[in-house]
Amino acid sequence: MSASSLQHFFAMGGYAGYLWPAYAVFFIVLLADFFAPTLRRRRLLRDLRARLARQAARQPRQAPSPPDSV
Amino acid sequence: MSKWIPLWLHKLSSPPIFYRFAGSLRPWMLALALLTGVIALYGGLVLAPADYQQGDAYRIIFIHVPSAWMSLFIYGIMGFAAFLALVWRIKLAEVVAMESAPIGAAFTFITLVTGSLWGKPMWGTWWTWDARLTSELVLLFLYLGVIGLYHAFEDRRQGARAAAFLALIGIINVPIVHFSVNWWNTLHQGSTIRLLGPSTIAPGMLWPLLTMMLATKFYYLASLFGRVRTDLLDLESGKDWVRKLAAVEAAR
Repeated sequence: MSASSLQHFFAMGGYAGYLWPAYAVFFIVLLADFFAPTLRRRRLLRDLRARLARQAARQPRQAPSPPDSV
Repeated sequence: MSKWIPLWLHKLSSPPIFYRFAGSLRPWMLALALLTGVIALYGGLVLAPADYQQGDAYRIIFIHVPSAWMSLFIYGIMGFAAFLALVWRIKLAEVVAMESAPIGAAFTFITLVTGSLWGKPMWGTWWTWDARLTSELVLLFLYLGVIGLYHAFEDRRQGARAAAFLALIGIINVPIVHFSVNWWNTLHQGSTIRLLGPSTIAPGMLWPLLTMMLATKFYYLASLFGRVRTDLLDLESGKDWVRKLAAVEAAR
């Protein structure tokens, strides 16, 4: 493909100002939609691990260590 | 559970099993969406000829029309899942209905914006209050209403039931959007693709359009599976399988 035919392609018969923004909206919205749950999932699992760690710290130890070994 | 429902389907509606099932299918759906999407874009933007009336501006059709179809299709799925959720209280059906709403809203938004960008050069206006455009805008508000109602309740399952009810009532808008170009005089052009009878569109334009329709279907499944998995983790965060999963992911 030569440079002028590429230019011709991107000009879209003079409608480039309408056509490319439309395609940009399509891809940006779908990308945002696709990655939103990924971020939420990461946050959920991090919060859950923090909660489990707090619960584990609060529980009495299974085998209590002798008092002089602190 | 009734006897006529096969056992495998019943098992699939169990959250940990569906979580694994969706996780293994999701990459394939995404790959199929990307593959068909690239083929459709090449066919639509490069191979298809310019329109004799609209020049190259008509090429917006290849994203506008599949998005519009998806906005209605996803509403149908959401309504059906909402019905299952309300009648049988199936947790997975609630989640599918609620997580379909943001994807449907995304496609409806895309339909409205690309339609506006197409309308300006062709009709000379970004927006007009005619039947097709207005009913599609109402569809967006219905999706936003479902999303808002779902998140307005402290108890997620209660929110899901309230939002499912709204989704079910809103189904009335789906035929209104679809038939609006026949029932009223509108600026929007009528359908050129027909299930019954011949389509009034050139084959060189038709196949990229249908391929993009496939791509958006695959994309919907990929996005839905990701969203449902995340929502199941949230709803079941007190359960053993989620705790184990959180521990496994921490070790990685």
